[in-house]
Amino acid sequence: MTLRTRILVLVCALVVLAGVATASVLHASARAERRNQARPGGPRITAGTVSLTDSRRLVFRNMAWGPHRDELTSVPASDPSGPRTASQVKCLRFYAASGTGVCLQTVHGTVQDTYRAVILDATLHVRARYDVPGIPSRARVSPSGRYAAWTAFVGGDSYAGTNFSTRAAIVDTRTGKLTSSLEEYRVLKDGRTYHAADVNFWGVTFAGDDRTFYATMATHGTTHLVRGDLVTRTVTTLRTNVECPSLSPDGTRIAFKKRVKGLPKDAPWHLYVLDLRTGRETPLTEPRSVDDQVVWRDDHTLVYALPGDYGADLWTLPPDGTGKPRRVSTAAVSPAYVR
Amino acid sequence: MYVADSRASTPKTPAASAESAARPRAGRRVAAIAPTVLALGTVSLITDVSSEMVTAVLPLYLVTGLGLSPLGFGLLDGIYNGFSALVRLAGGHLADRGGGRHKWVAGAGYALSAACKPLLLVAQTLTPIGLVLAADRTGKGLRTAPRDALISLSSTPETRGRAFGVHRAMDTAGALLGPLAAFLILRATVDGYDAVFMVSFCVAVVGVLVLVLFVPGGPAARATRTAVTDGPVASAAPAAPRPTLRAALALLRRPELRGIALCALLLGLATVSDSFVFLLLQRRLGVPDRWFALLPVGTAAAFLLLAVPLGRLADRAGRWRVFLAGHGALLLAYALLLTSWHDTALPFAVLFLHGGFYAATDGVLMAAASDSVPEELRSSGLALVQTGQALARFVCSLAFGAAWTAWGDRTALTASAVALALCALFSMSLRPVRRTPSEGPA
Repeated sequence: MTLRTRILVLVCALVVLAGVATASVLHASARAERRNQARPGGPRITAGTVSLTDSRRLVFRNMAWGPHRDELTSVPASDPSGPRTASQVKCLRFYAASGTGVCLQTVHGTVQDTYRAVILDATLHVRARYDVPGIPSRARVSPSGRYAAWTAFVGGDSYAGTNFSTRAAIVDTRTGKLTSSLEEYRVLKDGRTYHAADVNFWGVTFAGDDRTFYATMATHGTTHLVRGDLVTRTVTTLRTNVECPSLSPDGTRIAFKKRVKGLPKDAPWHLYVLDLRTGRETPLTEPRSVDDQVVWRDDHTLVYALPGDYGADLWTLPPDGTGKPRRVSTAAVSPAYVR
Repeated sequence: MYVADSRASTPKTPAASAESAARPRAGRRVAAIAPTVLALGTVSLITDVSSEMVTAVLPLYLVTGLGLSPLGFGLLDGIYNGFSALVRLAGGHLADRGGGRHKWVAGAGYALSAACKPLLLVAQTLTPIGLVLAADRTGKGLRTAPRDALISLSSTPETRGRAFGVHRAMDTAGALLGPLAAFLILRATVDGYDAVFMVSFCVAVVGVLVLVLFVPGGPAARATRTAVTDGPVASAAPAAPRPTLRAALALLRRPELRGIALCALLLGLATVSDSFVFLLLQRRLGVPDRWFALLPVGTAAAFLLLAVPLGRLADRAGRWRVFLAGHGALLLAYALLLTSWHDTALPFAVLFLHGGFYAATDGVLMAAASDSVPEELRSSGLALVQTGQALARFVCSLAFGAAWTAWGDRTALTASAVALALCALFSMSLRPVRRTPSEGPA
């Protein structure tokens, strides 16, 4: 083949490949248009005021297609599938308690998207902003509204790298003091101080005393439930195979996802409730794998998200191993019962 | 190789062999980069754009696109490292068999990686995604040694350091551009991961095409050494070992290559992996969270800037000297990480030294090893050195993690620094490379 033929072949291929590449980008950007159109049969959504102190409302991230996609919306707590009020505030993850909200959102940069956590007051005005070092995963606020916590996935920078780690941060919203990683805390494992390079924390849940919290700590391939102390800045391991704990309002039980043997690697969790007084674990009746930090609506009702047609749907279940899962709302994630 | 280059572009010119005899002397003066090296550099640049596009969005895709929890995904990495070493050796050996298969073995590697890109769209769960990534890396393992062999075969011994420097600089430029391209696509679309994978595939195909069209293959792709000594006839010298598997293993009986492989292995055992370096930077020097993702960019930028100058320096001052000096730079970076002295310039200095370490060692080691492997076994020989080094680095990252767990980051790093200093001293005393080609044929 002469040089000219080879250049000709390359140019022709470039034209074809550029066409394919352009078409795929156009196709993907046309999706933006479609997503901004509300779907027939979807929930009715109107712009309005969302408050974090109205105890009759449930607030979540709306995932239904239309102009209010990804915004915080509120619905009547008694009728979660009813009409939605959208707030114009966009979040990837959200939680709120006692008039304090934490919203993990994307910041669109010029060369890279980054993430941040914003602390919201009861009227959704921003009180503080913090950098989040990776893709947001979990968010919680202590029952008093004083502390907020979030988890992010960090990593994946080597060639086809698949090594991830998590970073869990806690902030005192009253003083603004930030613990950017729980790895700063002293770890007590089996009564001794424990050091390891591979310690990861995720899924913080707060008790009502504004001092105690629970979280998952992973090291050497094992996950541990840890109890943390905000004053002494220590965490103590309690038991293994507990992920994304969620403490009940009365502080006696923890709902969590447990890795169950025999399930597929990418859907390995079933929901359980641990009684902190007796140490007994109760399997719940949800047959599907759940990857969410459960929310307690009250001491007798759990709410969690499962993948759905528009990202995720909200489901509810009693915490005592009885009953059947029931879908309460479609196209919604990160629920918070504000009280 | 000059023969190959001229033959490939002007196949029927009788003057080709005359040119090939004349060029090395010209090469010593101005030394134009061999077209094959530029072509391979272009292939690597394009391929790195393609692969880094995917790497940059993969975590985001897994977590937000597919809703998978990525923790524990890294388990595959450990097992795969062993397999990857085998693939690399196999790639090196296959390329040597049957005269001038380098291009086609490298091409198969590039094509395999390209084919993986659209498959990512189909793979929706963890196991198939793991398999696709494994296939992608098999392609990378397969192509590395034949490609480096082609670079070394298509440049004169006097300019090999620079040729590798040019290639590595182009490769790194692609790695820097890829994430940027991916980000622009994500900005223009909504959840445009499918578009990223599709564009990445198209880019990868261009890379394969450039290889197929512009990198010469065939038996002619092996003629360097002879071009420098006394013409193409010498390649038929009876001493030339046949590229059998046994001959490839027998390479380790050559004291020079054995020395290089041993030093690369020992130094690799004391080379803390990148992710640990970045983690240490953040912990010990207090780099803020929002810059964490940019730390690899810092290292890559320094690598890009220094690859060519240090490659040239290696040609003039001696490859082994530059290779060892690169480890000196790494040692200095460790020392800076060990100081508890906080200064805003310090992280930059560490990243500069880290990138300089790669610029002084990555291509330079291949250039140094090329001198001690006969061209018939060039690919196998380079694969041996690379594999030893890669396995040693993997062992080091396991050991470093364990040491960090047991004694904390400071002690673990001090231990690595001491080990690195000892290995460097040993390598200095061993001095496997007796002379550099630039010092003239003996």
